Formats: sequence, structure tokens, C-alpha cells
Amino acid sequence: MNLNIYLGMLHQAENTLAESFRQVAEGHGAEPDVHFLCRTLAAQCDRHGELLGPVVHRYGENSSDNEPERLHAQGLNTTRKGPVGLLRDLQDLYLLASLVDVTWTMVKQAGSALRDKELLAVVEQCDAETATQLRWLQTRMKQAAPQALVAAR
Amino acid sequence: MVDRIAKIWGTRTPYPRDALWPVRVDQVLDPGIALGDIDRWVQSACVLCSNGCACDIAVKDGAMVGIRGRAQDLVNHGRLGPKGLFASRQGVSHKDRLTSPLIRENGQLIECDWDTAMRRIVDRSRELLAERGPLSHGFYTSGQLFLEEYYALAVIGKAGIGTPHMDGNTRLCTATAAAAMKESFGADGQPGSYTDIDSCDALFLYGHNMAETQTVLWSRVLDRIAGPDRPKIVCVDPRDTEVARHADVHLALRPGTNLALMHALVREVLAQGWQDAGYIRDHTLGLDRLREAVEPWTAEAAAAVCGVPAADIRDAARIFGTSARVVSTVLQGFYQSSQATAASCQVNNLHLLRGMLGEPGRGVLQMNGQPTAQNNRECGADGDLPGFRNWENPDHIHELARLWKVDPMTIPHWAPPTHAMQIFRYAEQGSIDFLWISATNPAVSMPELPRIRDILAKPDLFLVVQDLYLTETAQYADVVLPAAGWGEKTGTFTNVNRIVHLSDKAVDPPGQARSDLDIFLDYARRMNFTTLDGGPLLDWTGPEDAFEAWKNCSRGRPCDYTGITYDRLRGGSGIPWPCNEDHPNGTDRLYGDGVFPTDPDYCESYGHDLLTGATVGAQAFRAQDTGARALFKTAPFHPPHEEPDEDYPLRYTTGRTAYHFHTRTKTGRSRPLTDAAPRAWVELAREDADRLGISEGDLVRVTSRRGRIEIPARVSWIAPGTVFAPFHYGYWDTGGGPGAHPAAANELTATEWDPVSKQPMFKNAAVTVEKIGDATGPAPAPTTTASRPAAAPGSRPVPATAGGDGAHATETPGTEPAPRFPDAIRNAREGRQP
Repeated sequence: MNLNIYLGMLHQAENTLAESFRQVAEGHGAEPDVHFLCRTLAAQCDRHGELLGPVVHRYGENSSDNEPERLHAQGLNTTRKGPVGLLRDLQDLYLLASLVDVTWTMVKQAGSALRDKELLAVVEQCDAETATQLRWLQTRMKQAAPQALVAAR
Repeated sequence: MVDRIAKIWGTRTPYPRDALWPVRVDQVLDPGIALGDIDRWVQSACVLCSNGCACDIAVKDGAMVGIRGRAQDLVNHGRLGPKGLFASRQGVSHKDRLTSPLIRENGQLIECDWDTAMRRIVDRSRELLAERGPLSHGFYTSGQLFLEEYYALAVIGKAGIGTPHMDGNTRLCTATAAAAMKESFGADGQPGSYTDIDSCDALFLYGHNMAETQTVLWSRVLDRIAGPDRPKIVCVDPRDTEVARHADVHLALRPGTNLALMHALVREVLAQGWQDAGYIRDHTLGLDRLREAVEPWTAEAAAAVCGVPAADIRDAARIFGTSARVVSTVLQGFYQSSQATAASCQVNNLHLLRGMLGEPGRGVLQMNGQPTAQNNRECGADGDLPGFRNWENPDHIHELARLWKVDPMTIPHWAPPTHAMQIFRYAEQGSIDFLWISATNPAVSMPELPRIRDILAKPDLFLVVQDLYLTETAQYADVVLPAAGWGEKTGTFTNVNRIVHLSDKAVDPPGQARSDLDIFLDYARRMNFTTLDGGPLLDWTGPEDAFEAWKNCSRGRPCDYTGITYDRLRGGSGIPWPCNEDHPNGTDRLYGDGVFPTDPDYCESYGHDLLTGATVGAQAFRAQDTGARALFKTAPFHPPHEEPDEDYPLRYTTGRTAYHFHTRTKTGRSRPLTDAAPRAWVELAREDADRLGISEGDLVRVTSRRGRIEIPARVSWIAPGTVFAPFHYGYWDTGGGPGAHPAAANELTATEWDPVSKQPMFKNAAVTVEKIGDATGPAPAPTTTASRPAAAPGSRPVPATAGGDGAHATETPGTEPAPRFPDAIRNAREGRQP
């Protein structure tokens, strides 16, 4: 049973994403939509972590495995400035959220094979929100990209 | 004669359910003018709120000398409100009018001729397009121009320049109405009709102080209330408005908590089984997700968040769930508050649950704030595409390109059109350096004014302002263009319930002022915008050409105007769209057949996630297989982002008074209206005032994280913990700038907007209040409105607001039978004046 490796990875990735959302929220306070939504989405990630707690406890969280460790993404330690900086920070969030998203999918696959109703219920609550986080990031980036890449000084 | 300042809604003409609202013709003539003196009456409609009251302008010797309501019109049955009576013509016929273009030379605005002003604009425009491209250009327009003018501007921006940066102040007033209808029904388009007021058993007003914002519509409600079978009234508003005083249930909730309340109402309707299962099955999608979202929101849970009794929430739900015919209206209390689109969609959801749409007395009115906001949404000079087309649908873009004979790639459609707050952000960052503002005054009406002033004052921003007066905004301009006003130009516009009116030119504009349409067409000519075949992009010579071009653009879309002509609009009633071969007399209500414009090839939007604003996208939308059904959409409740704390312990909300419109550019020039509400004030509850040692009329300082205002306090009946200031007051009549005692309500508001509609939040902020000076008299606030004083025991009463001799109007009831749809339109078409 190696599910604990993926549960550990997911738990950590949600934490990293939450912290990174908060980092971007603080770094881009002059973009109020980004600021407030990133705070809201950070709280969503926190809640995903909480919901995962009992399942992780049951399977045990394994963070010692070396191989999937390479998949752990670094969070954002700082934010960039200006229109292109905003775009790049959102894109970093997009990469982190993508990792979370695909990890939920793998965990769901395992949960289905295990017929683990508790785990599947957690997935059901969380992975749709992660998908929406990705769609919001993409919506916001697509809006910002032309101005940032073509017109910004 | 009736003093229509003291009696805002005039004399009652009661009527029973399902009867026609009786005619009452309201009229004011200038002192010394008798009916026989008048040379001619010119047909128009009022532009001082979104109601769209039809009127005739009295003209004598080339001047406007009076106004009267049109008895035969479906909207107002002859009535006019105080703003229409006392500011329509006074608001434009004033010595302060701009009569010449101005350009900035050595820091000063100086008069010049049109050629000089337009050349300066065109030179800068060409230079920037060559250097930096279309994304350097932004256009910020209004909810007060005519349809023809918006359409011209939309074509210029989208097909001439090719910039996505176009919006109107409609973003501040009605963007959420449009967004909520797009999310629920697939496209903009008002489901209900004013005639539903005549037939309803219950009327819900959500954040809608109708008594002050649409005084004539409220007269219609008052006449039902005074009739033999009054409808039940439910009012959702933190203030003790005139609506609240007539309400069977008043939910005086905390600002920022609308969605929690709405969740509880929906939950209660479902829990009691008041929904219409057959309608839901046949005409809607998404009930399960809605049910899940509202499940935690018991009346008690909402009561704790909203600060209203759970029993009142249950009472309201019972009235909604058990009345045979319910009408809901929604306005700024929802649109300008947090989670605006989600809260407004819940109103749509309640009606979908009960299958109450498109039948007499069973409908929704998602209101507009301004007279021509609807046209900006239709014509696409705001954040929409013309004809309610979908920016994510390539076929719709190709339709527009064929219509305009331009390359589809010219029309920006890689993202939604840029919303107003983002346009100003780009200007702040310097990536928009050309901003053309027409008929609006962001220096007073936008949130966080200290920031807006900094943006407008940026030296590298080339600012064009087109208006009637040298507004607070115009003072920052590089070029000021004098525009013709109401009564000085011809054009059409459309009110809240889709009724199109023609406003004919009655008099010449002052000096060199020109219509907004002429100005836009002049710019297009000088810029040499061309079609693919080399002809001019805009070859219109006047408004009727523009209207005919617009009809083509609207063909086959929800807002189909193809059956309307200028001639048909003359003589009878206004006509509600869609009006085409299938509906030759227009359409009173939409969706009575339960068929909604959610077909993916037809819809205006594929929708959004209501919490974040993430787009759903074509693929996911198509996968829903909507089958012309409406969508239950919602979001989880989220508390407002700025809540009271130790430093800023009170909730701040802004709003309107019956006597003024917007930033008083017109109403501030009317003596009766100015006398009724001369200067800014702030309202506090008695409990809060007592605790802070504040008495009626004391000068107080209200401070938020953004700024401060220093104005007299009115101790009113507002909910404790909440502070209110009217947003009308700026600085044009008090020295031009904020000075030592800033008075504009938006000094305090925050830069934040709804994630879907992008409407700014003017109604959620945290403030602190302190007394800084003793009263020299009562606050300059009306006593006839929600600002009514809550007198302290033993204190001297505040004199009642009255207008006196200058505010008298005649009211003539029952001169002719009341107009009825569609007879009022058919008769006019056949040449029989009803």
C-alpha cells in the first residue's frame, strides 16, 4: 500500500498552495480582486487539509519516500512587482494548483479501488474547488496577459 | 396645485388588483406661462432615473418652459416625479453650461473652437495607436446617453480602434442586474413588467429603496396599497425607508450579509415544500447543488449573521412561498454590496423554484439605476458585446464583423471587455494613456476618491471629458467637449422593463455644444476609420441612421428592435422589446413559456463560478445540455472583506435620496431640489449617536482606511451599528475640491468589486465616527424620506421638508382611460391616438 505517500504529498501540496495564495494576496494588494480572492482560496486549501486529516491519520502520512519527493513543489517565497510580475505569480499559483488537482485525481483513483467511502467523500468536497481555483487563475491570467505583455510600460 | 417636494409621490389614485393603474397627468409650467402661451409640445421621456417616464416638453420662443407626463404611456400613465418635474429642463437650461470646447494650455483650461479641440484629440489618438496600439485607449461612458450614441461609441471602440477597454458607469449601477440575468437565464433581458405591480399579491424589494430611486413606480405601489386588496410588502434594507414603513416584514439586515439571508429564504421555501416540482423538472437545471449550498442556512443561522429575527425570515419566506403572485425587485442594496451576483441570482432562483416568471403579477424586476443603462448593455459601449452577443462565441464575433464589414480579428474577444475598475487600474499603471470620459463624473461617483483623483491628475494620462458642465472630473481634463443635453438632441432609450422611448429635440443646445452622437461621428471621420471595402466605418448622418443600423445589429437577438421605427414611437406609448415580425406590438413579459435563452449558440454568456468569477467556458457549458432551461446558480456565503473592528467599529453604507440624481450635475441646478437636500449629511442611529455624544446637526468626522468626511449628522431610524451617507455630493458648488471638510461619500469607500458583475462595493466599509463641532441647526437632510429624523425626547423638532411656491405641480386625474398593453401600442400604430 503506497497511498500514504500520495496522501502525504497532497496534504503538503495543499499547505504549500495555501501559503502561496496568501503570499500573492499580500504582494498584490493593489489588485483587490486578486488580493481578496487569493485569501478566500487560501482558506479553501486550509480546509482541504483539515478534511484530509482523518484519512491521513488512518493510512498514515509518509513523507520519507524519496521518489515522489521530487514532485514536491516549492511555494512562493516572495512576489514580483508590476503587471508582468502579477502574471508570473498567478502562473506559479497555476502550476501549484495543477499539482494539487492531479494529485486529487490519483487519490480518487486509489480511493475508488479501495472502495473507501470516507476518502471519496473528501475528494468529492475538495477536487471540484481545486478545479475552480484553476479556472479562476486561468480566467484572471487571460484577462491580464494582453495588457501586461503588450501595453505595460 | 400640489407641493411635490413635500409630497414626493403626489396624490393617491387607488386601484384594485388586476385593474389598470388610473391616469394622473402631472404638469409644471414656468411662472407666468399659461397653456395658451406654449408654441408646441415635444415628445420625450425623463432621464433622471431608470423608470423612463414618458413626457412632453413645453417649448416657447425656443426655450423649454414646462413639462407634463404622457397619459397614454405604459410606464407612467401621466405621472412624473420631483426630479422629472423640477430638474429635467432646469438641469440643462442653466447659466453654468459649457458652451465652448476647452483645451489645457500651460495648466489652464482655455476656450477654443471645435476644430482645435478635435485635432488635439485625434493627434494624440493617432500618435498612441502608432506607438503603443489599441490597448493604450480606454473609453468610460455613461448610463445617460442615448442608444444611438452608445452604438456609435461601441462601433468606434470595437471596430475602429479595436480596444477591449470600454465600459460605462453602468458598471456602478446595473452591471449586476445584467450579470444575474445572464447567469440564471442565459442572457440579459428583464423577465417582468411594471404591469406586474398591478396584479401581484406580494411585492419583495431587495435592497431597493424604490420610494426614492423610482418615485413614480413607487406611486404605483402606493396606489395598490391604498386600494381594496393591498399586496403584502417585504423590504430588505438596513434603513428605515418609506418602503420599510409600508412593509409587512422589514428585514433590516447588516450590510454585507445579503447572501446569507437569501440562502435562508431559499432553504425555507424548499424545506416547506413550496416549490413547483413540475416547473423545476421541465424548465431548470441544478436544483441539487442549490439545495446543498443552502442546507446549512437555517433561519437561525442567517439571523445570527444578518442581525434580524429568525421569525421574520420565516415570515418573509412564508409570504414568498404561499402567495399566488409574487413580484421581486432588486437594486443597489444588493448590486453594490458583497457577493452581488450570487445574492441577485438567489432572487431569480426563488422565482424559478416557484415557477413564477413571465405571468401577470409573477415576475422579477432586476432594476437599473440610470435611464439609459439598458441601452449601454444592449449596444456594447460597456462590458458587453452589441446585441447581447457572447464574446466567447466565435460565431457571434463573425456576425459583428460581417455587420460592420471589418476583420473579425479587429474586434477584441480574447477576454471579456475590460471593466471600469480595471480600466482605471491600467490608467493608474500607465498602460492606458488615452481615456475618454463621456457623461459621467468618476471624481465623485467612483469608490476611494483620493485614489481616483490621483489617477485623473496623472500628467501622462491624456484625458478627454465630454459633459454638460465643468464637473469635478472635467477639471482634470486635457480637452473638455461641451455636449448637448436632454431636449437638445434626438435619440431613443430604454427603461428597466424594456420599453423604448423616443426623445425628440425641443430646443437648440447652448453656444457651440453638440450632441454626443455628433461628437463621436466627428471623431470617427477624423480618424478615418474604414470598412474592409474602404468605405467609412460610420456613414451615419444623424440619430435615425444610427437607430436603423442598430436595428440590424439587434435582429434575431433577445433585444430585437427590428419592428420599431422613430415614427412608431411618436404619438403613442413607448414599445417594449423584443418587437419584430413575431411580436409587432412588442412584448410585455419574457419567459412565460419557460423557454430561456440558454442555448449555447444563442446565449449571451456561458456563465461563471459565482464565488470566484472563473468562466465556465464553452465546453463545460455545452456539456450541461441546457435545453432552453434556466440555471440555478449560487455560491457559498462569504462575510464582507472589511468588517467592523476596534479601530473602525461601525458599518458604512452609501446611497441615494429622492431629491437628487447621481452627482447632482443636473438636480443640483434645480432650486426646489437643492433646497430640499442642499448639502451632504451622514445618518446615525439614536443608540450610536447617544453613545458618541452626537446630537442632530452636529458636525462629525467619519473616517475609514481610505479617507475622511466631515459633515453634519442626522440622527435617523437607521439600524444601529450602521452609518449612511448619500453619494450625490461632490465639490463643484463648494470650491471645486475636498478642501478642509471633505463631503463626498466615496472618500471612504473601498476599491473592491463583485467577482462576476465587477460592480464596485459601495455598501461595505468599516468606519469610525467622532463629533468635531456643535450643531448650528438640523442636518441638511430631508425629513420626507429614509432620512427622517429620530427626534430625541424634548428636543426641538426638525422643520419638515417642503418646496413652497416654486415646487407646485398640477395633478389632473382620470383625463382619459388608462393605457393597456398591447392596445396602447396597436392604437398608435393604426393612427388612432388612445
